[in-house]
Amino acid sequence: MSLSGKVIATLSLAIVLCTACSDSAWNNPYPDSDANSNIYYDTFSERPKHLDPVSSYSANEYVFLGQVYEPPLQYHFLKRPYELVPLTAEQVPVASYYDAEGNLLADDAEPDVIHRAVYRISIKPGIRYQPHPAFAKSADGNYLYHDLNPRKLEDIHALSDFNSAGSRELTAQDYAYQIKRMAHPKVHSPIAGLMEKYILGLDELAKTLSEVDADKQFINLNDYDLSGVNVIDEYTFEITLKEKYPQFRYWLSMSFFAPMPWEADYFYSQSGMEDKNITLDWYPVGTGPFMLSENNPNRRMVLERNPNFRGELYPAEGEAGDKQAGLLEDAGKPMPFIDKAIYSLEKESIPAWNKFLQGYYDTSGIVSDSFDQAVTFNTQGDAELTEEMQSKDIRLLTAVQTSTFYMGFNMADDVIGGDSERARLLRRAIAIAVDYEEYISIFANGRGQPSQGPIPPGIFGYIEGEPGINPYVYDWNNGKAVRKDIRIAKTLMEQAGYPNGRNKDTGQPLVLNLDSPAAGPGSKASFDWLRKQYAKLGINLVIRATDYNRFQEKMRKGTAQIFQWGWNADYPDPENFFFLLYGPNSKIEHNGENAANYQNEEFDRLFNQMKSMDNGPERQEVINQMVEVVRRDSPWLWGFHPVGFSLHHDWYKNAKPNLMANNKLKYKRIDPELRSTKQQHWNKPILWPIVIAFVLLALLLAPAYFSYRRKETRSVL
Amino acid sequence: MPVIFITDALVFLLLTMICGFIIYARQHEHLRAPWREVAKRPLAMSAAVVLMLYIAIGILDSLHFHPKLDEPDKNGNSVYSTEIISVLDKLLVNLIESTESTYSAPFSAYAYVKESIETEDGNKIRDYPRLKYAGAHLINPEQERTPDIVFRTTLGAVIGLLFSCFIFLIFIILQARRLHVNIMTIAKRIYSNKFDVPWYAVLLTIAVLIVVFNIIFQLSGHYHVLGTDKVGQDVMYQAIKSIRTGLVIGTLTTLVMLPFAILMGLMAGYFRGWVDDVIQYIYTTLNSIPGVLLIAASILLLQVYMTKHEADFTSLAERADLRLLFLCIILGIMSWTGLCRMLRAETLKLREMDYVQAAQAFGVGNFSIMMRHLLPNVMHIVMISIVLDFSGLVLAEAVLSYINIGVDPSMNSWGNMINSARLEMAREPVVWWSLAAAFVFMFLLVLAANLFSDAVRDAFDPRLRGI
Amino acid sequence: MISYIVRRIMYAVPILIGVNVITFMLFFVVNTPDDMARMHLGMKRVTPEAIEKWKEERGYDKPVVWNAEANAVEKITDTIFFENSVKLFVFDFGQSDDGRDISHDISQRMWPSLAIALPGLIVGLLVYITVGLTLSFFRATYIDVSGVILCVIMMSISSMFYIIGGQVLIGKFLQLAPISGYDTGLNAVKFLVLPVLVGLIGGIGSTSRWYRTIFLEEINKDYVRTARAKGLSEVRVLYQHVFRNALIPILTGVVVLLPMLFMGSLVTESFFAIPGLGSYTIDAINAQDFAIVRSMVFLGSVLYIIGLILTDISYTFVDPRVRLD
Repeated sequence: MSLSGKVIATLSLAIVLCTACSDSAWNNPYPDSDANSNIYYDTFSERPKHLDPVSSYSANEYVFLGQVYEPPLQYHFLKRPYELVPLTAEQVPVASYYDAEGNLLADDAEPDVIHRAVYRISIKPGIRYQPHPAFAKSADGNYLYHDLNPRKLEDIHALSDFNSAGSRELTAQDYAYQIKRMAHPKVHSPIAGLMEKYILGLDELAKTLSEVDADKQFINLNDYDLSGVNVIDEYTFEITLKEKYPQFRYWLSMSFFAPMPWEADYFYSQSGMEDKNITLDWYPVGTGPFMLSENNPNRRMVLERNPNFRGELYPAEGEAGDKQAGLLEDAGKPMPFIDKAIYSLEKESIPAWNKFLQGYYDTSGIVSDSFDQAVTFNTQGDAELTEEMQSKDIRLLTAVQTSTFYMGFNMADDVIGGDSERARLLRRAIAIAVDYEEYISIFANGRGQPSQGPIPPGIFGYIEGEPGINPYVYDWNNGKAVRKDIRIAKTLMEQAGYPNGRNKDTGQPLVLNLDSPAAGPGSKASFDWLRKQYAKLGINLVIRATDYNRFQEKMRKGTAQIFQWGWNADYPDPENFFFLLYGPNSKIEHNGENAANYQNEEFDRLFNQMKSMDNGPERQEVINQMVEVVRRDSPWLWGFHPVGFSLHHDWYKNAKPNLMANNKLKYKRIDPELRSTKQQHWNKPILWPIVIAFVLLALLLAPAYFSYRRKETRSVL
Repeated sequence: MPVIFITDALVFLLLTMICGFIIYARQHEHLRAPWREVAKRPLAMSAAVVLMLYIAIGILDSLHFHPKLDEPDKNGNSVYSTEIISVLDKLLVNLIESTESTYSAPFSAYAYVKESIETEDGNKIRDYPRLKYAGAHLINPEQERTPDIVFRTTLGAVIGLLFSCFIFLIFIILQARRLHVNIMTIAKRIYSNKFDVPWYAVLLTIAVLIVVFNIIFQLSGHYHVLGTDKVGQDVMYQAIKSIRTGLVIGTLTTLVMLPFAILMGLMAGYFRGWVDDVIQYIYTTLNSIPGVLLIAASILLLQVYMTKHEADFTSLAERADLRLLFLCIILGIMSWTGLCRMLRAETLKLREMDYVQAAQAFGVGNFSIMMRHLLPNVMHIVMISIVLDFSGLVLAEAVLSYINIGVDPSMNSWGNMINSARLEMAREPVVWWSLAAAFVFMFLLVLAANLFSDAVRDAFDPRLRGI
Repeated sequence: MISYIVRRIMYAVPILIGVNVITFMLFFVVNTPDDMARMHLGMKRVTPEAIEKWKEERGYDKPVVWNAEANAVEKITDTIFFENSVKLFVFDFGQSDDGRDISHDISQRMWPSLAIALPGLIVGLLVYITVGLTLSFFRATYIDVSGVILCVIMMSISSMFYIIGGQVLIGKFLQLAPISGYDTGLNAVKFLVLPVLVGLIGGIGSTSRWYRTIFLEEINKDYVRTARAKGLSEVRVLYQHVFRNALIPILTGVVVLLPMLFMGSLVTESFFAIPGLGSYTIDAINAQDFAIVRSMVFLGSVLYIIGLILTDISYTFVDPRVRLD
C-alpha cells in the first residue's frame, strides 16, 4: 500500500472513530446527553444589537427580550382580531380624560378639549425577578455586588461568574424607573422623541438629566421626578399624557415599558463592567418566564426557565376552531412548558433548512428557494405541504403579515414627484406596469398579497373584496381583482407626455433611477425583473445599488428618485401605517418616517382626525377618504403584503401565528421523546459511496504499486 | 452611436500592446525561442485556441454603442436609446429576447414551477405551463421533443463537421502553397505530427469548438440549452456575457499594476540605498494589509464617490463598468507587490553583470540603463507572472462576489452567477444549471489559462526546463 | 539573534503606522461618524439630536486629524485619528459600532478559527507532501502525467464549488456530518470534519503540484545522483535525501502562514457557520462595522509581520549557513 493510501486510511479511520463512538446520528449538532431533554431548538440569523428594553426596537431582538421582560400588557395568544390582555397588570387600563381646568371628561369627549389623559395601572402582587447578582445581599442586608471596581472584576468575564444571586418583588416604582430611562442621556431610546410628545414632563426630565455631570457613572432616576408618571403605592402607578392618544395602550405591551429595577441599573453602571461587556445591553433582568443564561451571539443564545416565575396559566379560551386544532389542550396549565430554548446562529439559509429537515430545529420558515420542496398549491390555489413534508409529519402555518413592502416615489423629485397632473399620470402608469402579482409568484413563491393601499389585512380599515380594490390599478373581474391592461398604462403615459416612454417634446427616452440598498445573491434577479417592468412602458430604469448607509443618506437628502422599502406594524392600528404618508413626518424636512416626502393637506387633515378616533364606522369613513387621496396621488406603488409561511415538526405543540405578541415562547410545548426517535430514524449515515470511493482509489493506485514493486526488484543500472 | 467605456479603452490598449509585443518579439531571437518552445506543446496550443475563442467573445462584448431607436423625433433626427449594448448583445439578440417568466430546465419545453392554468373549458388546474419560446415549435412536446433535439444536434454536428473540414482544407492548401509541396504530403505531415507546431491539436480543437458551436447554434434558437434563471433569462447568455468580466479582471488588473511594479522593482534593485528602503517599505505595508479588507474599503469608497457624483453616471452599464475598473485597480494595487519583489531581486543580480557595469562606466544615464539593459532581461519574469496571475484573478472574482465586494450585482459575472445559484441548490428538484453553466465556462477558461501558463513558464524559466 | 529580532520589531513600527494611516483614511471617508451613529441607533425613528449625542459620547465630534482649538500636544492627541488609531498599538481595539468590546470578541473568536485552520494545515501538509512525493517518485510515467493533469483540473475549480459540493454531498445526501455549526471542546470535532475535508480537497491541486516541483528540483541535484550512484534504492533516496532537503522550502513556506491561521478563512467560516475571526470579519464588512474591520486590518498586519520574522528565524534553524545579523 502506498503512503497516500495509508494516510487516507488512517484519516478515515480517525473520522469513523470520533463519530461512531456514539449511537446517535453522526450529524447531530447537539451533545448526545441532551437527546431527551425538554429543550426547544431554533435559529437566529443576526446578532441582536441591543437587549436593553428601552433601546431595542427590532424583531430579532424581541425574540429574546419578549421572554425575559414583562411590560404591563400583552396580546392574547389565541384570539383574533388582536386583543390586549393584562400581563403583569391587573387589568387593561382605560384612559380618563381631563380638560384644562382638571375636570374629568366623558370618554367620547372631543379631542380638542382634552388636556390630559391619565392611565392608571395596577400590577399584580407577588411577581418576582429572576435570580440576578444585582439583587444579591449579604447576611447583614448589604448588596454584595454594589461596590465593584475593575480590580474586583479581574476574574469576572460573564454574568455567570458572580457566585451569588438574589431576587425581589416587582414594584410599580420599577415601571416608573424604566419610563424615566427614556429620557436618560446615555440611553438612546428610539421612541424617546415620540414619547416626549405625549408623556407629560418627559422632555423636561431629559433636559434636567442632560445637565447632570456627564462623567457620573450612575444617575439614580428615582431621585428625579417625572410629572407624567406618579407612583401611587407599591403596586399602582399613573401615566399622564398631554393629549388623547388611544394608541398608547399598544405601547404598553412593548418592552419599552417593561420594568427596570434600579439595582440592576446601578449594578451594570459600576466602573469596569462595560469593559467586560457586562451591561444591560448584554444581560437582561426581568420577571418573565425565561432568563437569558448564555449570551454568545457568535454561536448561540440560551434561554432558561426562570425559577422565580409566578406560573401564568395557559389561556382557557380562543378563537373558533382553536379547540379542534388542539390549541386548547393545555388550557389552565401553568406555563412555561419547556425548560430551555437554544437558538443557534445560522446565517446561511441552506444549512438551516437542511437541519430542520433532519429534525435538528423544531421550526423553520421557508426561504424562497426551498419553497417548492415544501409547499405546493392545489387546484383551488390553497397551499398544501408536499408529500415529502407530509411523510415527515411536518405542519404548515400561514398568516398574512401586518407589514407592507412598497416602492416609493420621492415626491420632491422634479420628474417623478410633485403634485402636477403629468407626474401623477406617470406614477399611475408605472403602478399598472409593475406587475406585483408576477413579483410575488417569482420572488415570494406566491406568498404575498398585492396591496390595494397602505393598510394590510388584519388591521382596522382594511376592506376585503371588490369595494377594497384600488380602482386606478385594478378592475374587478370574475370575483377577483385583475390588474389593468398594459395598454391603459401606455395611454396614461401618452397623456403624461411620454408616448412610448419618450419625451414628446425632445424625443429623448425617459430615464428613471431606482436606489436600492440590496446586494447579494438574488438582488440581481430582482433588479433584472424591475428593469423589465419599466421597460414595458419604454422607461429605462437605472438601478443604483448602494450600501445601506449611502441609501439612508440619499433618503435623508431626498436625492433618491424611486426606492423600495417596507414597514412592519408596531401595533395593530391604521395610524401606524398612515403616518408613513403624513406630511409633517416627511424625511427631508422633518427626518420622519415619510420617506416619499408626500405632502397633501387634505390627507394631513384627515390623518389628524382619524388618529384620535375609536374604531367604528365613522373612523372607517375617514380612512376610506384617506385611502382614496393617496391612491389618486400614488406616492407609492402599493406593493404587497407578505404572507408568512412557517413549518414545524409534529413534536412541537401550541403553534399559532401571532404577529403582534413577542412573548410566545412560554406557550410552546414539545415532545422530546418523539423528536429523538425521529431524528435517529431520519439520520442514518450512508456509507456505501465512501466505500466505493476508497475502492476506486485503491484501483487507481494499484498499478502504481505494482510498478513500484517492479522498480524495487529491478537492479540499479 | 458608439460608446467607449474606460475598461473598453484599456482592453484595446492591451490588445495594441500585445500586438506590438508580438511584432517586437518576432525580431528578437531570445524572445522568439521560448515562444517557439510553447508552440511545440499540443496541450498548450489547444489551450491557446480555447483562449482565443474567449478573447474573441470578450472583444465583441467590448464594442459598446447606443442602439438607434426605430422612430426618429419630430425633426427627423434619429434618436438613440439611453441603453448601452455591445456587439455581442446584437449577435445574441435571440437569447436576450427569448425571456421566459421564471426557471426552466435545459431543453425543457415546460416551466420548472407549477402555475394555475386556465384550461379551455374554463377550469383551473395546476400544472407546468408551456414555455413562451423554448420548444414553442412543438405541438406535442412529450413525443416530439427528443427526436427534435436529436435531429438538431445531428444537423449541427454535420454542419460543424463539414465546416471544420472546409477549414482543414483551406489550412492545408495554404500550407502547401507556402512550402511548395502537394496537399497530401501536408496532410500526412500534420497527421503524423511532423511540423514543429502540433497542428493536429490546433485543428482538432478548432473542429471540436466549431461542432459544439454549431450544435448550440442549431438548438439555441428553439430551446434554452442551459435553461433559464429565476427571472427567465437565458443562462447561456449570462454565462457568455460573464466572459468579458472574467477576462477584464484577469488581464486589466495586471495591466494596471504593470508600470508600477516594473518601475519600482527596477528602481529598488538598481539604486539600492534609500530608494530601495522606501519601495520596500511601501510594498511591505501594502502587503501586510489583509487584501479582502482593503478591497471592501475601496469598493465602499467608490460607492460614496458615486453617490456624491450621481449625475455623472446615468446608465447602469457605466456604473457597473466603473466598479469593475475600480476592482481591477484595487486588485492590481494588492498584487503588484509580488512581481515588484521578484523584479527587485533579479535586478540586484543583474546590476552586477559586466554589461551593466560597462554601461555605467561609459556614463550611460540611469534611466536608459534600466530601460535598455535591465528591462529586456527581466521581461520573462513579467511574462510568467502575467500568465500565472490570470487564472487566480478569475477565481478571485467569484469569492469577492460572495462577500458582496466583487463586481456590481447587476453585472453578469460567474461570481454573481455562483452566488445566486448557491441558494438554488436548496431547491428540490435542484436548479443545477446556473451553477453548472458558471462552472463549465469558468472551468474551461481557467483550465486553458493554467495549461497555457504552464507551458509559458516552462519555456521562459530555464531553471525548470526539462522537468 | 536577539538584537536582530528587536531590530525587526522596531522596523515593524513604521509599517504599522502606515497601515493605520491608510485604513484610517479609507474608512473615515467611507464611514463618517454620522453613518456610525445611524448604524448603531437602528433604523426606525432616529432623530438628529440622538446622533449628535451619540457622536459626542464616543468622541467622534472632534476634528479628524488636527485640533486647532486645543493647546500644545493636544492639538494632535485630541482628535479622532489619534484616539482611534494610537490605541490599536497597545491592542486596545475599543468598542465596535454596536457597543461590544472588540478585544474580547477577538480573544473569543480566534480559537474556533485556529481549531479549523490547524488541523487543516497539518492534515493538508501530510496529504500534499504524500501526493507530491508519490508523483515525483513516478515522474514521467502515466501516473505522474495523469496526476499533474488532475491537479491542474482540480485547481481550475473555484473554491466555492468545493464548499457547496461538500455540503450537499456529505452533509445533505450522505448525512455523515453536520452541515454547519460549531461546538466547544471535543464536540467540535464532528463539526470540523467537513470544513477541513473540503479545504483539503480544495487545496490538493495547486499545493501538491507545487510540492512536486520542489521535489523534482531537488531530485535533479547532483548529490541525489551521487546517492543513487552509490546504490541506494529509489525509496531511500527519496526519503533520506530528497524529502529532507525539500522540506526546507516547504516548512519555511508554512511558517509565514502560521500567525495568519488566527485570522481564519473568510469564506469557509461563514459557509460553515464557524464563529471564528473570518466570519467575524465578513459580518463586520456586511454590517459595515468599521471599528471591527480596522481592528482586523491591524491585527492582520501584525500577524503578517510576525510571520515574516518567524520565517527569517526558521531559516537559521534549518540552514546553519544563514546568519541573522
